[in-house]
Amino acid sequence: MQFQLDVNGERHALDLDTRTSLLDALRDHLGLTGSKKGCDHGQCGACTVMVNGRRINSCLTLACMHEGDEITTIEGLGRPDDLSPLQRAFVEHDGYQCGYCTPGQICSATAMLDEIKAGWPSNVTGDLEAQVEASIEEVSERMSGNLCRCSCYPGIVDAIRQVAKEEARA
Amino acid sequence: MRAFDYVRAGDTAEAVREAGGAETRFIAGGTNLLDLMKLEVMAPGKLVDINRLDLGGIEATGEGGLRIGALVTNSDLAADARVRRDWPVLSRALLAGASGQLRNKATTGGNLLQRTRCYYFYDRGEPCNKREPGSGCAAKDGMNRILAILGTSEHCIATHPSDMAVAMRALGARVEVEGQGSGREIALEDFYRLPGDTPHIETVLEPGELITAVILPPPAGGRQIYRKVRDRSSYAFALVSVAAVVAVENGRIAKAQLAFGGLGPMPWRDADVEDALVGETPSAALFDRAGDILLAEAKGYGGNDFKIPLTRRTLAAVLTQATEDDQ
Repeated sequence: MQFQLDVNGERHALDLDTRTSLLDALRDHLGLTGSKKGCDHGQCGACTVMVNGRRINSCLTLACMHEGDEITTIEGLGRPDDLSPLQRAFVEHDGYQCGYCTPGQICSATAMLDEIKAGWPSNVTGDLEAQVEASIEEVSERMSGNLCRCSCYPGIVDAIRQVAKEEARA
Repeated sequence: MRAFDYVRAGDTAEAVREAGGAETRFIAGGTNLLDLMKLEVMAPGKLVDINRLDLGGIEATGEGGLRIGALVTNSDLAADARVRRDWPVLSRALLAGASGQLRNKATTGGNLLQRTRCYYFYDRGEPCNKREPGSGCAAKDGMNRILAILGTSEHCIATHPSDMAVAMRALGARVEVEGQGSGREIALEDFYRLPGDTPHIETVLEPGELITAVILPPPAGGRQIYRKVRDRSSYAFALVSVAAVVAVENGRIAKAQLAFGGLGPMPWRDADVEDALVGETPSAALFDRAGDILLAEAKGYGGNDFKIPLTRRTLAAVLTQATEDDQ
C-alpha cells in the first residue's frame, strides 16, 4: 500500500505491506532506530513515540493508519549536540543504565509533562478537579507504561521532576 | 500476522457498507485487535479503519446526560471536565486502566469490545472455546487465578477486562449502534451475552454493526467510587473491581448502583444486591448480606477461589467508604 508519513517535520513516501507497524516503518524503512522494539505488544513502552503531540505505543498501530498525522520520534526531540531538556536531565540524573528503554522513556515523559500542564488527572490524583503537581507519586503512576529492566526508576523520576520544575519556573 | 485488506472509511455509512463480510473487523485504536492479530488469535481478512469518521465528540444530551462519540479516547474521556465533575466514577475507572500510551489510543467503542485476557484465549497451543468453538476450555482446570466466578459456563470462564465498562454499567449507560440502513440503542445491561455454549459470541451486535456512541444518563449524584484490586498498583487488570454510586439520606441508603469487574464475562450488576441495600441503615451486617446475595451463585475453579472472599471484602470496604458520615 502506498501512503505518506510525516515524521519529525519531513514527509516520506512509503509503499509497505498493510501489516507494517508504525514502529517497523520507522525503524526498518525510515532508518529511525531510536524507537526500540521491546515486547512488541504494548506492555514495555520502549517504542513510545508522539503522534499529534500524544504519546502512543508505535508497535500497536499500523503505519498506514497514520497518513496526515504528525509523528515525532526521539530523533525529532533533540540531537547529541542539542539535547532536549529531558535528554539532558536523564544524563544528569543517571536515568538509564543500558539505555534501551530510554528513547521511549523520554518520548513518553515529554508528552506526559504536557498532559500534566493540560490538567489531566491520574489514578493517584486525590481531587479530580484540582491542578496536579509532578510529585514522585504522580510521575511514577503516569510513567507506568514504560518499563526499565535496569530499574533506573529513581533517576528517571528525578530527571522528569527536574524538567517539570524548570518548566514551571519558565 | 496474517495478511488482510485495508479500507479507510470516510463516513459511517461507508464503514458499515464495507463491513458486510464475516471476516471483517473495524479498527479504531487497535491496541487490543493488533495485539491479538500479531498472535493470530484473531485473523480478520479485512480491516475497515474508522478513525476518519466523525465520531469524536462529547456532547450534552437533551435529558442532561452525555453522548460520548465512539472514537473519543480513554484519555480524553477521563480528562473531560464534565465527566470529572458529574460522573467521577467513570473518570476514576478509566484512569485505573492500562497505561498513558494505551489510553491515548484506546477508544470508547473499542474498550467495550476488548477481548478477555484469559491466558488460554491467547495461547493457540491450548484449547479455548472462545477462540476455537468446540475445542474445549483449558482454563477450568488450569491457571484460572484471574478468571471468572460469576456467569461462567462449562464452556468458558473468561472475564471481561474493561474498567470503563464497569463504571458505565453502574451509571446505566446505553450503546448507540449503526447497522445496514438502521441504527438502534442498546442498554449496556443488554449488550453483552453470557458464554453459555457459545462463548465466541460476546455481544448482541449483528455482523457489520458499528458502535457510534455511548450515552450516559443525567448525573446520578451520590458518592462515586471506583475501587480496583490488582496484583500491582498500576497498569494491571482487575482481580476484583467495584464501581459504586451510593447516596445516603436521613441515615438510610437512598441509592445504590453497583457494578463489578473481574468477576464475570461482562461488567456485572445485580439488582437484588441493590434492592437489599436501598432503604436500609448502613452497617457491617448489611454489607455482608449484600455480599451474600451477590455471591450466592459464585463458583470458584481452584486458582480463583480467593476472589469470593476478596469480592465480599472489597464490596464492604467500598460501601463503608460510600456511607461514612464525614465525607
